[in-house]
Amino acid sequence: MALVEIDDLHVSFSQHDGLVQAVRGVSLSVELGESLGIVGESGSGKSVTCSALLRLLREPPARITAKALRLGDHDMLTARPREISAVRGRVAAMVFQDPMTSLDPVFTIGHQIAETITAHKAVSQAEALAQAVALLKRVEIKNAEAVVRYYPHQLSGGMLQRVMIAMALSCEPQVLIADEPTTALDVTIQAQILQLIKDIQTESGMGLIMITHDLGVIAETVDRVVVMYGGKVMEAGPVEAIFEAPLHPYTRALLNSIPGQTPGKQRLTEIPGSSPNPTHPPQGCPFHPRCPMAIAECSRVPPPLEVKDRGRLAACIRVEPAMAAA
Amino acid sequence: MTTPALELRQITKRFADFVAVDRVDLVVPKNSVVALVGESGSGKTTTGLLALRLLGATAGQVLLNGEDITSLSQKQLKPYRRQMQVVFQDSYASLDPMMTLGEIIAEPLGIHGMGGRGERQDQARNWLEKVGLDGSYANRYPHELSGGQRQRVSVARALILGAQVLVADEPTSALDVSVKAQIVNLLQSLQTNMGLSMLFISHDLSVVRSLADEVVVMLRGRVVERAPTDRIFANAQHPYTKALLDAVPTINPKARRRRTFLSREEIALRTPRFRPEELDAPPLIDTADPQLVALAGSHFVEAIVAERAIP
Repeated sequence: MALVEIDDLHVSFSQHDGLVQAVRGVSLSVELGESLGIVGESGSGKSVTCSALLRLLREPPARITAKALRLGDHDMLTARPREISAVRGRVAAMVFQDPMTSLDPVFTIGHQIAETITAHKAVSQAEALAQAVALLKRVEIKNAEAVVRYYPHQLSGGMLQRVMIAMALSCEPQVLIADEPTTALDVTIQAQILQLIKDIQTESGMGLIMITHDLGVIAETVDRVVVMYGGKVMEAGPVEAIFEAPLHPYTRALLNSIPGQTPGKQRLTEIPGSSPNPTHPPQGCPFHPRCPMAIAECSRVPPPLEVKDRGRLAACIRVEPAMAAA
Repeated sequence: MTTPALELRQITKRFADFVAVDRVDLVVPKNSVVALVGESGSGKTTTGLLALRLLGATAGQVLLNGEDITSLSQKQLKPYRRQMQVVFQDSYASLDPMMTLGEIIAEPLGIHGMGGRGERQDQARNWLEKVGLDGSYANRYPHELSGGQRQRVSVARALILGAQVLVADEPTSALDVSVKAQIVNLLQSLQTNMGLSMLFISHDLSVVRSLADEVVVMLRGRVVERAPTDRIFANAQHPYTKALLDAVPTINPKARRRRTFLSREEIALRTPRFRPEELDAPPLIDTADPQLVALAGSHFVEAIVAERAIP
């Protein structure tokens, strides 16, 4: 059984000006020891998918429906609040983009990590603090004994993100969900944090879900990729295959639009138009208004996510299974 | 040699005891794009603000089209503001939510007393179209636009006065991947078609590679390397520049590799060394400390000049 199983997830938010359909039928799964990347632009539904999995959304205004929403042996659709808090941290832990807003400025680093530990495990405060030091060492913070006594403002963004990772690891989760963990960091620090996350995942054998808008982060860290757009999965498959020969026109366009791939001053291949409005998503395929391959039918029926090649899925009627195999 | 569009000479900014920008020399030749790269705290944004005279320098000079504007009063600066404008990263914060796009774009014309009311509105519509938006957007408000569209409006407002020098501070950093390319292309075509000179401040080396003629790398307030873009990418000399380039994620999963990360001390230890005869020009000062030296091919790097190079 998969560690994470999401089948036909829909998430909508009722707002004064209508229903925002953030996620519209997303299915994905993650096994123990596997790393999955969810890549998409703002509004694609990538973060909402994972927040819904951990039931982090306020309901209402959020409304979650799915055929399956499972974490380990827990059915997250029917789980009661007590079960949900037990799952968070122990089965799945999350690391967010902005560590400064995730940490309380008036408590020390050690106190906050210890708080997470005592919330989930029956250990003394002293024992929890000792574990906090060990965790900080695990995320390669050198002077861990001193850092437990620091307040968040005394640490740099990269160090704070290491603290967040330490906190996420404190209850030995089976899956780590990292939501844009390096977006606010400098490029050299980003490379260090990504390497750390990869190392920890390999060592511990846990599952990893990496949510990002950055195809570079995907290429560096995960085994398998789900490409999202307009609340739907456009394409899914092994990372090497997707970068080498993307199936979906959206994936192809995204890869082509990355600047700086070849030397010299040059025009970039742009994707015309802008992302779909989640209150009024286009009929049919969400990408069809911007798609160079779109035909009349694309605007009528949303294409199903189908197997097009071994281990590869795409939601596009213009991608023939035979074409993909070639 | 023609007069550069923008030149900073030994520009320095101190905040109390902290030296944010330390004796930086920078030249933006006419009709070219110079990228200023570095990480947070490198002083790149402060350097941009100093160039724009939005921040007063502690020492050094700012020259706009060869004229020293360092000590001009705000009133004296006003005509120069028409020649040099700015686009910031956050288009949401830089557009007044209570004004229509037409009003926003036309406002600089009003401030500088250019044209009548109707004429200003016509020009605003004209500029909307030049940046790739429909003229009918003039009656809309900022919140109705996407991030990319708002950044187009920021560009239109910056250029409506006919500025020939544009300082763009992380103009594409807040944008989605699919929209980033649109804005880079827009800046590029405006630059070529209008002969703009641009100081492009960015931490994104990929965008810089596609857009800039020259790259200036800053580290803790100092310029550590400066060279034509292709040379920086092919033949970086400074360990910090190399570290920056090495950290850029690959977009080829097959090319994944483990990286080794250098601490600041290790970077300092690896400061390049050259013998005087290896330089393209004699060193400016006789010192054992690192200084910016000239290599062949308009390439400058902070290095130690020593009789014998230590391997």
